[in-house]
Amino acid sequence: MTAPVKDAVPTAEARRGMLAGPRFRPGESLFRWLLLACLALGIVFLVSLLAYVLVEAWPRLDSRLWTNFPSIRRPENAGAQSAIYGTIWVISFTALFCLPTGIMAAVYLEEYADQERWYNRLIEVNIQNLAAVPSIIYGILGLGLLARQLALGTTVLTASLTLSLLVLPVVIISSREAIRAVPRSIRQASLALGATQWQTIWRQVLPAAVPGIATGSILALSRAIGEAAPVIMLGAVTFVMFNPEGLQSEYTVLPVQIYNWISQSREEFHHLAAAAIILLLAILLVMNAAAIWLRNRYSRRW
Amino acid sequence: MTASDASSAAGAVSRSLRRTRPRYGEAVIKGMLLTAALVSVATTVGIVVSLIPPAVEFFRTVSVSEFLTGTQWTPLFAEKHFGVLPLVAATLVITSIALLIAIPVGLGAAIYLSEYADPRLRQWLKPSLEVLAGIPTVVYGFFALAFITPLLKDILPSGWTLDVRNGLAAGLVMGVMIVPTIASLTEDALSAVPHALREGSFALGSGKRTTSVRVVVPAALSGIVAACVLGISRAVGETMIVLIAAGVSAEFTIKPLGEMETMTAFIARAASGDVPVGSISYNTIFAVGALLFLATFVMNLISIRLVRKYREVYE
Repeated sequence: MTAPVKDAVPTAEARRGMLAGPRFRPGESLFRWLLLACLALGIVFLVSLLAYVLVEAWPRLDSRLWTNFPSIRRPENAGAQSAIYGTIWVISFTALFCLPTGIMAAVYLEEYADQERWYNRLIEVNIQNLAAVPSIIYGILGLGLLARQLALGTTVLTASLTLSLLVLPVVIISSREAIRAVPRSIRQASLALGATQWQTIWRQVLPAAVPGIATGSILALSRAIGEAAPVIMLGAVTFVMFNPEGLQSEYTVLPVQIYNWISQSREEFHHLAAAAIILLLAILLVMNAAAIWLRNRYSRRW
Repeated sequence: MTASDASSAAGAVSRSLRRTRPRYGEAVIKGMLLTAALVSVATTVGIVVSLIPPAVEFFRTVSVSEFLTGTQWTPLFAEKHFGVLPLVAATLVITSIALLIAIPVGLGAAIYLSEYADPRLRQWLKPSLEVLAGIPTVVYGFFALAFITPLLKDILPSGWTLDVRNGLAAGLVMGVMIVPTIASLTEDALSAVPHALREGSFALGSGKRTTSVRVVVPAALSGIVAACVLGISRAVGETMIVLIAAGVSAEFTIKPLGEMETMTAFIARAASGDVPVGSISYNTIFAVGALLFLATFVMNLISIRLVRKYREVYE
């Protein structure tokens, strides 16, 4: 190759090269790698967490986990059946309480509320704040108000109500987004054909928003399933040797059972905790996959 | 005459556009929906109502100044002291460790996702960050206790003695837990910055790094600060990680190598034990809860305000 001659008129190619800047900018690529390292840190952490838990859980990942009850004396025979049933009971009622309320609130805020009115703005700020209130505070609400003052005791009902209030803001916020994504023109067309406002919402807006609402609801419930802090305060801490039989039943749930086993000093309990964590993560994975599938399968671009 | 004709015709039109009869069903439905929306307000009221009476009861026995300035915390022991500073110090230390990880890593990840990553890579990277946000905190706690603490024992210089339960591991793991919160809110703020600003910067000859750091980040600053404030709020309110991995000692210290008990961990531990209702120990839970609620409430409001500000500017 010939060396560039001084004072020579640069060719078009060379000029383009000058516009693009020097080929190699150490600062630029270093910065880029640094940013990528930030992302990589999160992913490495995630992978090592999953790998570690799986290795710890391996000796205990068998049917004992879901056929046996927790036992404090014989970890080799202990299982998490009462916690699995407890989780199913508590989450079913949480869904029953929080999904209708959350979706109705979202419909009100998107379709009826006049954003200029002070009370609607209050509701809005209030929901945003509630979404960031620590979960342990909801535990205090459940303990002080529901369990004691309303005398519901530490039962499945109290836990479901507390978790409902905890995930309600999440349901409302995601449902609002889904409703907002339905274009105005659909509503206008429906109203122009003589439908009332509620007929428009019920027959046009909600059906179109269902995939988004369902996705948000599943994600909200998966948060409720993993939540331990408020439930710990609501009496789910003891080793429960039976499955719940109703709303008034005592109970335990998976995350609390996991916490219990972690607090034990014996090594066998740690394997057991890891096995229960794998079970919990598997449930969450299935729910999240369902949410993503729903979003991809049914979401419409307008 | 023609004028009055026209006006009466206009009157007829506007009358026929008005609804002919009141629709009670619609009004009832609207009322039901409003009631559902008010459940969220009732939740806040419920929180305040459940916090205030026991907290007031508590402050009848313990003066506010003793509570806020005392350095000894032994409310569950026979000899009781009610100085909340040890809990506050532990909360601040662990939160600071978490933020030292979460803010740089969260910002870096957000800048990469918003400014550098090509769409196909983004499609994979973003969900994996969201998976991190979806892992239950009890799992993080287990990981901190069983994996990170032994790892730290190997890494740290031999002179430093690390307890089995310590603030350091809890803080580090909590930092990773908050990364998705900060990253996703920051990315929203960065994406809201108009492209014209970036193009202007490129036109003046700056590279990608200068554009990101000097133009896009400052333009999105209020959103980024909001993300960080929300991250702090999450760290202060996080319970399970500290309950499992940081221990229960309420000694007044800022040394994260030993056991430390945060406000949240105290609430969870005290409330899950056998504390008789109405006793001073029971009321203590609510006094600490009130302090925690107040602190996170203020931070949340600041964050909400800041987010609204950047939305007003760019959207």
